[in-house]
Amino acid sequence: MDITVNILLTIATAATPLLIAAIGELVVERSGVLNLGVEGMMIMGAVGGFGVGHLTGSPWIGLLAAIALGAVFSLLFAVMTLSLATNQVATGLSLTLLGLGLSGMIGTSFVGQPGERLPNLDIPGLTSIPVIGRLLFGQDPIFYISIALTAAVMWFLFKTRTGLTLRSIGDSHTSAHALGIHVIRYRYLAVIFGGACAGLAGGHLSLVYTPQWVENMSAGRGWIALALVVFASWRPWRVLAGAYIFGAVWIGQLHAQAFGIPVPSQFLSSLPYLATVVVLVLISRNKRLTMMNTPASLGQPFVPDR
Amino acid sequence: MSANQDGTNLLEVRGLTKIFGTLTACDHIDLDIARGEIHALLGENGAGKSTLVKMLFGSLEPNSGEIFWNGQAVRISSPGVAKKLGIGMVFQHFSLFEALTAAENIALSLDDGSPISSIAAKARALSFSYGLPLDPESLVGDLSVGERQRIEIIRCLLQTPQLIILDEPTSVLTPQEADKLFETLERLRSEGKSILYISHRLEEVKRICDRATVLRHGKVVGHCNPREETASSLARMMVGNEVQAVVRAPVEGIATAQSLLEIRNLSRKPATPFSIPLKNISLNVRAGEVIGIAGVAGNGQGEFFESVSGEVLQQDAASVRIRGKDAGGLTITGRRLLGAAFVPEERLGHGAAPRMKLSENLLLSRHATDGKAFVSGGGMVNSAAIQAAAQRIIEAMDVRKSAPDPEAAALSGGNLQKFIVGRELDRRPSVMVVNQPTWGVDAGAAAHIRQALIELSRSGSAVLVISQDLDELFEISDAIAVMHNGALSKPLPIAEATFEKVGLLMGGAEPGHAEHTLETA
Amino acid sequence: MMRLELVKRPQRSQLFSALSPFIAFALTIIAGAIMFALLGVNPLTAFRVYFIEPVSQLWQLHELAIKAAPLILIAVGLSVCYKANVWNIGAEGQFILGGIVGSIIPVLFPRFEGPLVLPLMLLLGMVGGAAYAAIPALLKTRFGTNEILTSLMLVYVAQLFLDWLVRGPWRDPQGHGFPQTIQFGDSAVLPELMPDAGRANWGFVFALVAAVLIWILMSRMLKGFEVRVLGSSPRAGRFAGFGLNRMVFFAFLLSGALAGLAGISEVSGAIGQLQPVISPGYGFTAIIVAFLGRLNPLGIVAAGLVLALTYLGGEAVQSALGISDKVARVFQGMLLFFVLGCDTLIHYRIRLVGLALTKPEGAAKLESAPKLKEAR
Repeated sequence: MDITVNILLTIATAATPLLIAAIGELVVERSGVLNLGVEGMMIMGAVGGFGVGHLTGSPWIGLLAAIALGAVFSLLFAVMTLSLATNQVATGLSLTLLGLGLSGMIGTSFVGQPGERLPNLDIPGLTSIPVIGRLLFGQDPIFYISIALTAAVMWFLFKTRTGLTLRSIGDSHTSAHALGIHVIRYRYLAVIFGGACAGLAGGHLSLVYTPQWVENMSAGRGWIALALVVFASWRPWRVLAGAYIFGAVWIGQLHAQAFGIPVPSQFLSSLPYLATVVVLVLISRNKRLTMMNTPASLGQPFVPDR
Repeated sequence: MSANQDGTNLLEVRGLTKIFGTLTACDHIDLDIARGEIHALLGENGAGKSTLVKMLFGSLEPNSGEIFWNGQAVRISSPGVAKKLGIGMVFQHFSLFEALTAAENIALSLDDGSPISSIAAKARALSFSYGLPLDPESLVGDLSVGERQRIEIIRCLLQTPQLIILDEPTSVLTPQEADKLFETLERLRSEGKSILYISHRLEEVKRICDRATVLRHGKVVGHCNPREETASSLARMMVGNEVQAVVRAPVEGIATAQSLLEIRNLSRKPATPFSIPLKNISLNVRAGEVIGIAGVAGNGQGEFFESVSGEVLQQDAASVRIRGKDAGGLTITGRRLLGAAFVPEERLGHGAAPRMKLSENLLLSRHATDGKAFVSGGGMVNSAAIQAAAQRIIEAMDVRKSAPDPEAAALSGGNLQKFIVGRELDRRPSVMVVNQPTWGVDAGAAAHIRQALIELSRSGSAVLVISQDLDELFEISDAIAVMHNGALSKPLPIAEATFEKVGLLMGGAEPGHAEHTLETA
Repeated sequence: MMRLELVKRPQRSQLFSALSPFIAFALTIIAGAIMFALLGVNPLTAFRVYFIEPVSQLWQLHELAIKAAPLILIAVGLSVCYKANVWNIGAEGQFILGGIVGSIIPVLFPRFEGPLVLPLMLLLGMVGGAAYAAIPALLKTRFGTNEILTSLMLVYVAQLFLDWLVRGPWRDPQGHGFPQTIQFGDSAVLPELMPDAGRANWGFVFALVAAVLIWILMSRMLKGFEVRVLGSSPRAGRFAGFGLNRMVFFAFLLSGALAGLAGISEVSGAIGQLQPVISPGYGFTAIIVAFLGRLNPLGIVAAGLVLALTYLGGEAVQSALGISDKVARVFQGMLLFFVLGCDTLIHYRIRLVGLALTKPEGAAKLESAPKLKEAR
């Protein structure tokens, strides 16, 4: 029983950064913008979170720094693609490359340093309930944030007028502009929200998942988050499901390696990436579903006519 | 509201100017709109009508000039400001969202925070009272063009505007649907609302408008009462001089002429969630004749064009035959090599690559048919040859341009269309299929293109023209068939065809019952 | 509060087409100076160490060529992809597979020697890179799967696969447990061009030849026209009778083959054996090279040399000034950012507009550049 609980807890920990980054990117893509820089923003969040946590001794301040750094970094992307109408694919790629380089440079002095870890929730009486206690009341704070965030984004997108407006921009920015909706302003906010989420996800990596700094520690999670959004056909609850499936794959291969299964560890390590490919193929085979759900203006540059 | 409601006009525009770079799209425009009138804004394509109304609706910012609303100087800096003043707009290219429901589309243009369910109820009530039936729950992507326009109109009316701007509203409607629209407009006028009605269709302007302002090359060239004018005097004001009338010589012996394009039981499943299936279409186009295909936009014309051109292949090779050979399994290149030529609806991005030079765009449709002349054995492009050929077409079609070999996007719509049509005519094709030959093209260029198509047919080619413009089809066709919901009617010989008959078919009347419905109507 | 406003030019600006890489480079230098100052180093000293000293002697130019060769080879292939609007970002993986497949002969058949070995290795390298690139191409054409994500995921897989090979089945039994294959035999090593002057090998020649050939393909041949049409307006390409799926394969296979060639050239030339890591991110840096060269193969040669210099400069500042060599990656990232931003100037004029003004009179200033009227 305890082993099961432990595995479930580690799956949740592995799924949380994927979920947060993917939910942020979902909002961005719903507004019609494709930001391929998730990996870069995430790693900046990770290095910022670790660094500030390490320097101040407070993981909470580190977490705030991670969020802020992700948001600031996404602002770069927003200025380029929204104000200068650059190619979103190329700009997102360059954001990732810049993030990986910059985090490596900043993090040189952090290698091998002790990190700060955000404490798990501990509610007397509740956390100690057998089995469900630790699952429901004993996880790290970002886990709860991730679940709340998913619910909030669902509510925002499908129950509020602002969410409707955001979705309409993703469907047709020209129509939205003709109606007097501030396309660029909405997209700026969406991109920055996505950046803050990616930063938070990165902060989770360096403040909860493995509280230390390792270069390239995001290890492709930003890209997997992008794949999750496609896999989820731009629906928040499916992102949640997808993130936990991937969390399970991630943890599964680690446990398999620990158990000494006679398969080379490299093959097990490549499972999450191969799983991403397989999942993308499976979802894209359903052309109708993809076509109905893909925001129609996704990735298209928009230059308003004044 | 304002105290001086009776003395002044609802809207007055003085010296409104909009400059795009070197082009003065609107040049010191003056315009007055009184309360309770339907005011026509006339002008041919490119005269500046759309630019003017976009400034009135706040989508574009004028470079200079003033706008007075109820006598007060106002600055309409955004569509939101326009809506607050009481100006509503029905766009020509609808500003709708396909992935959202009708109710959500309506909600997006209302500024109050009322929940979508109550908006749906209001929309439903309003649509009934104006006789514009509408299901607020349906996805816009699933709706016909006419239904989409209803959403635009209802969305506009829900804001209780005093001035409603309609940009070319009937270009997407059947004649019968247009009649219903006119009833709605007249009812709105009787309620004291003003309407600015943009059109280049003179008959309907004469029928419903109280006054007209005529634009040409961005300038106001006259105000008039359209009821006192004739269609030809209005046309002269719009165009500036007489447009050469298209001459269509009668064809003889057509019944015995060879069928160069045969379409037999052509069917196609919908390719995307929102596209139309083709249902068992059959049609023959013989040497020497022009066949027109009428229909409201979105009834399968695009899908039909793709199937005939070979951009999409058919399962049944015999469903499209060109010059007596099965072509259904051939690509567009294979069909071209059989002697067919195609002009698609969209100029930029389909018929031409916008950011490529005209000479390169020549290569686009002719790299295979003129392979020997334009491409050397090793796959090298002979640029001297394509430039010479491009010049030949430019001269033959009188294409006006600003540079020796400009990018396609730098040409006006009319000139680019002349080049694209000329590119195909230059091959002397034996089968020519054209989708919307003169859409958005100025009157001079349109006449030129239509005449060229007739002459091609009279020289022994088969010409098939798909168009939403009934005037055009009646001008150039020897017979007209109608496409509705993916099915094609039998062609009506031009001598038997009338606007009413064709219009009923466009609205979906059974081909066999066309006469009957007409009598009871 | 100011806002940027873009005004579309009727024709692309020839001036800014030529200038934009230089403006971008200048902006990178300025940003780099700020960065060095923040790191507590005199920017002038840093720039001397970074950009001048690594290329002040002849043998160093050879090192530059060694670094530039794979960048140019990969980038010219990617330029075809990006012109075709096909987003292969997995060149790093194709590079690795090229290195692995090309090494089959020297690792598994070390006895096989002679003049045939090297050509066969290069051919196998190209086949390996192309075959690996065929996977995302197949998934995209067959199922419509996004090639960006699949090609990138395959990079991680390739890295892990190489890691397994050199630690497992292909490890040199006499290698004292080091994770590496045997040293390649003489006939499996790419010869140096001028052994007396420096280490530069034939890989650089391959890069230059590839650049010229691809330049001819793209600017003079019907196939290049096909690439450009399908990339800029796919519907017009379909109307021309060009196949989009065929193009996806063409672009992936070509760029994969060139990345594979770069991989085996690197392994057999600069390294001489397989190791767990055979690339300092050439496949990703080549993306920057492709854009800095404005997707023009001849421009890419120049861009490849510039980016190669950032690698050498990174190593130089690390040893001379004690700054992390990661600074190279930062320079590369900034350069790409500025290149993309400056490219906007080719198609648009940029105006700064105050949010507060825009009274009709205020906005009446005449705009001198022509603006394209919305044409449909």
